[in-house]
Amino acid sequence: MPARSRALWFAAMGVYAFLYLPLLIVIVFSFNDSRLNARWTGFTLDWYAKLLGNQQLLTAAWNSLVIALAVTLISVLVGTIAGIALSRYRARALSLLVVTPMAVPDILTGVSLLVFFVMIHLTLGMQSVILAHVSFCISFVAIVVRSALTNLDPHLVEAARDLGATPFIAFRKVVMPAITPGIVAGALLAFTLSIDDFVITFFTAGAGTTTLPLQVYSMIKVSITPEINAVSTLLMVMTLSLVVLASRLAPETIRT
Amino acid sequence: MTRAGSLQTEAVKRRLLVGLPTLVLLVLFAAPTLIMVLATFQFPDDFGGLAPAWYSDSDGVHLDLTLENYERFAGEAIYLKIFWRSLVYATLTTLFCAALAYPLAMFITRAPSRIRDLLVLLVILPFWSNFLIRVYAWMSILGPRSLFTEGLNGLLGWFGLGPVTLLFTPFAVIVGLVYVHLPFMVLPLYANLCRHDPAWLDAARDLGASPWKTFVGVTLPMSVPGLVAGSLLVFIPALGAFAVPDILGGAQGAMIGNLISDQFLSARDWPFGSTIAVALTLFVVFIAWLMTAVARRLPGGAAHAR
Repeated sequence: MPARSRALWFAAMGVYAFLYLPLLIVIVFSFNDSRLNARWTGFTLDWYAKLLGNQQLLTAAWNSLVIALAVTLISVLVGTIAGIALSRYRARALSLLVVTPMAVPDILTGVSLLVFFVMIHLTLGMQSVILAHVSFCISFVAIVVRSALTNLDPHLVEAARDLGATPFIAFRKVVMPAITPGIVAGALLAFTLSIDDFVITFFTAGAGTTTLPLQVYSMIKVSITPEINAVSTLLMVMTLSLVVLASRLAPETIRT
Repeated sequence: MTRAGSLQTEAVKRRLLVGLPTLVLLVLFAAPTLIMVLATFQFPDDFGGLAPAWYSDSDGVHLDLTLENYERFAGEAIYLKIFWRSLVYATLTTLFCAALAYPLAMFITRAPSRIRDLLVLLVILPFWSNFLIRVYAWMSILGPRSLFTEGLNGLLGWFGLGPVTLLFTPFAVIVGLVYVHLPFMVLPLYANLCRHDPAWLDAARDLGASPWKTFVGVTLPMSVPGLVAGSLLVFIPALGAFAVPDILGGAQGAMIGNLISDQFLSARDWPFGSTIAVALTLFVVFIAWLMTAVARRLPGGAAHAR
């Protein structure tokens, strides 16, 4: 290996280490038999066992799951329609409304939705969090679905109709197979974005509702405990399985 | 079905397909944004929230609006100071991300094609773990009793330098921001470097350029579009960061995001919080415009202008 590519190799490995070491440390210390996050003293599963008894955390996890499922359902419905509309028609306003929310910093989305919900007298809680998440998840679903449809030759639908297929059959046999990977990927994206969101949830949840990230945040604010490492490790395993699932179900949409 | 009938159903279909998502996004995105802009001209209510924008008495309806919030924002040094600090943090974050992303993106570009996808996936993978966890990881690394901090202070002690605090400092905020945003810089850079002809590098080398000169003279200018895209993707969220400075920064590390959240959650002055938020938005739009305008004038920008 020439000297220059060796230098590049070391630099790149250094950056990979920077990306992975912090997460690795969290995982390792979740099995550490010490309250301090500093020295390795022995293997234990106590912190995981403690999680099972943490009622607040379980409630938060349940809330997160319910919210994420509702958000996925609504944003897949609206986002798929938006994606189809964008691929078929020149819809300037819709296109702007789909792209802009993705460029807005989270905190702005959060506070503007808070002002809005209070103004329309919507009680803050699960329902406001669901609406808030839907507002940014639609865009992601729409864009994934549209990109799945750009590969679809529009003449195929016409050909199907010419060959005697009803509009419904043409849709089911031609459009559906093309669009399904996009919908699946969009659904997984919406689910992950919803279950991971902290900033927007923080502003729109109100006092009484917690989600998993909100619960982790309040745990971090109080003190650093190995329990947080354990929750974090479980969350990492969960997201990783979702990504693996997504890449199995819709390999071409996960590519960057 | 007659031709006119089918045209009519086509028009109805279009109206439904475009109309429904447009309506939803108007309600959930455009309306809240406009309401926030309106809020910047309103007075705060006694217990948080907004005072009504108008009132009516025997003389009729009166608007109850003010420019006070903007005057206060422009008039008090502390707010401009925090804006300036956020600007510095976001700029440093962008620079460090670029410094880390170049070697990584160049390495991936030159790797054998069968493992390239895997190497890209390895950049995205940490991004899929929860955002708070990634911030928390640094909280435990930079904490006063961590292996890293104690090792560093041991080393500094050898040179007779005093122990340093890492957590709850501007340093911690910038490390956290770089860590959270790095993939956004690597991916556009990689997408750009992929399209470079390896012959350019060979030519530079054959003409006797050192690796550093090749980088500065060929790779860097040709990659400007990727660098600009990456910088926008890093700079904008870094400027509006809230959770990273909240968790890793102390009182000294507060950014615009913390200023906004304080106005909404503790000071309970929503109109003023909205004013800062609108100022941040305008600033972000300005920076995005500036960066794309500058990039268009640079040599690589023109070559790759699309």
